[in-house]
Amino acid sequence: MTALLQTSGLTIQFGGLTAVDAFDCAIQPGDLYGIIGPNGAGKTTVFNMLTGVYLPTSGIASFGGTRINGRSPAQVSALGISRTFQNIRLFDELSVLENAMTGAHQHAKINLFDSLLRTPRHYREEKRQRDRAYELLQFMGLEERAGLPARQLPYGHRRKLEIARALATEPRLICLDEPAAGMNTGEKAELSALIRRIRDELKVTVLLIEHDMKLVMGICEKIQVLDYGKTIALGTPKEIQNNPKVVEAYLGGD
Amino acid sequence: MHRTLLLLVVGVSLAFGVDWFLGEFIEEYVVRIINLCGIAIILAVSLNVINGLCGQFSLGHAGFMAIGAYVSAYFTTTLRVLNTETGETVVRAPLFDGAWGFVPALLIGGMAAAAAGLVVGVPTLRLKGDYLAIATLGFGEIVIIMLTNFESVGAARGLPGLPNYASSFWILTFAWICVVSSVFLQRSTFGRALVAIRENELAAEVMGIRVARLKVMAFIYGAFFAGLAGGLLGHLLRTISPSTFGFMKSIEVVVMLVLGGLGSLTGAIVGAIVLTVLPEALRDVEQQAKLPGIRMVVYALVLILLMIFRPQGIFGQRELSLKLLRRLLPGGRK
Repeated sequence: MTALLQTSGLTIQFGGLTAVDAFDCAIQPGDLYGIIGPNGAGKTTVFNMLTGVYLPTSGIASFGGTRINGRSPAQVSALGISRTFQNIRLFDELSVLENAMTGAHQHAKINLFDSLLRTPRHYREEKRQRDRAYELLQFMGLEERAGLPARQLPYGHRRKLEIARALATEPRLICLDEPAAGMNTGEKAELSALIRRIRDELKVTVLLIEHDMKLVMGICEKIQVLDYGKTIALGTPKEIQNNPKVVEAYLGGD
Repeated sequence: MHRTLLLLVVGVSLAFGVDWFLGEFIEEYVVRIINLCGIAIILAVSLNVINGLCGQFSLGHAGFMAIGAYVSAYFTTTLRVLNTETGETVVRAPLFDGAWGFVPALLIGGMAAAAAGLVVGVPTLRLKGDYLAIATLGFGEIVIIMLTNFESVGAARGLPGLPNYASSFWILTFAWICVVSSVFLQRSTFGRALVAIRENELAAEVMGIRVARLKVMAFIYGAFFAGLAGGLLGHLLRTISPSTFGFMKSIEVVVMLVLGGLGSLTGAIVGAIVLTVLPEALRDVEQQAKLPGIRMVVYALVLILLMIFRPQGIFGQRELSLKLLRRLLPGGRK
């Protein structure tokens, strides 16, 4: 089976600092893949390189056989990679439903004049976006708050809305950047179930960055550990738990 | 589609009715203020798409107006062109004659301004905030300087003798078209995408919104209507000169937006009306207080007080809608 996302030697330097050093990974379709590591290990930087936000200094990333490094975020999104942000980036003044609808914007096949003249195509497109966004809000359990401005959402719901918005772009791979940050135990359990359902029911491959070990170990089937920009371990949760290098990175050695 | 046509028919009939009513019953001075309000509404609503929805702070609106005004005047006005070889002035008859020639001339003016919007939009894409403001300001100044040096359009003296075509009917019709199409724009996938860019550009881009393209689209849209407004203003004032479209004109439109509430379409309309009517209404105050010049002091004070006590503008980012009215009325639904 060919990998959905494959990177080899993906490296980025900021000035003299090598934030991520030769990141290799192969994510298969249907994977639930976790990237963990201590603070500052370069996890989010990997996401930024995969989604066109940062341009890697060297290395190759390809998605479904297409090279993606060097492409703009919008181009990467069109190829089928979507993401959420560690520091939530919602469109605060838009409603919850409208936030999710912006994810579906890229698939709109109408032009400005359709909307200015209110042609039937405009109404069809609005309906398509609204229906899809509403479905995804239901999936994430947010449908009751659809009309609320996003800025009025409580914290845990904001994270879920980011996932709904990312799913509205109809991705093949969704990158979740610490989706459980700031959530309580109950919310985390609910989120774990949702992430599994994203993979099982929506058939979207999931790449997950998470600090919460319990959550990652509980749902990911493959885990890659980063420390100071380098991959120090790769394997199943069980293998990772017993890996002395990982224990050292997390607890500190001598 | 049917709704659009219906709205157009309603707008044109309304403009026709109001035009007749104004001509019959209202004194000329008041009619003129109403006409200026209509033009101000087009300006504020179109700038709202660039500054308010898309969040791109532009100070070049007067530049687009100037292009619209001069280009439309080029088609409707009798020009005196100096022949450089013979040294004689040649009189050139208007290319488009009569009131029905006015609309094509206006549209061409609008399109020329839209083309300028494209030209400004593309290179300034990388600029944000203050830098964009300065760059668009520069654009406005370039237009003024070029017009000041074009002898064929009267250079600094300006262009006199524009025909008296900008009736209330046309002004109100175009104001209506501008408002309706801006509402339609705002409530569409493009409007949401523009607001997404304003709210969080990086997230918008990652969601697959083609940010550069939409920003340029906003500039072209805004510039087109600014050009129309410029053409209307030119044919209302009947003499245009580069100084009509100076930096202060751009500032005036920005102030209208900020006063009404940046990002709110109804706010833009209210801001446009208030800032057009206020200086005129204050004339009476000036006469009674016997303090010449106090008018502009009061005008400035009103702005300062408003910004202190309501910095988000009259409407903030809210829209005045029937729903909001119902809620505000006593006994209304919450």
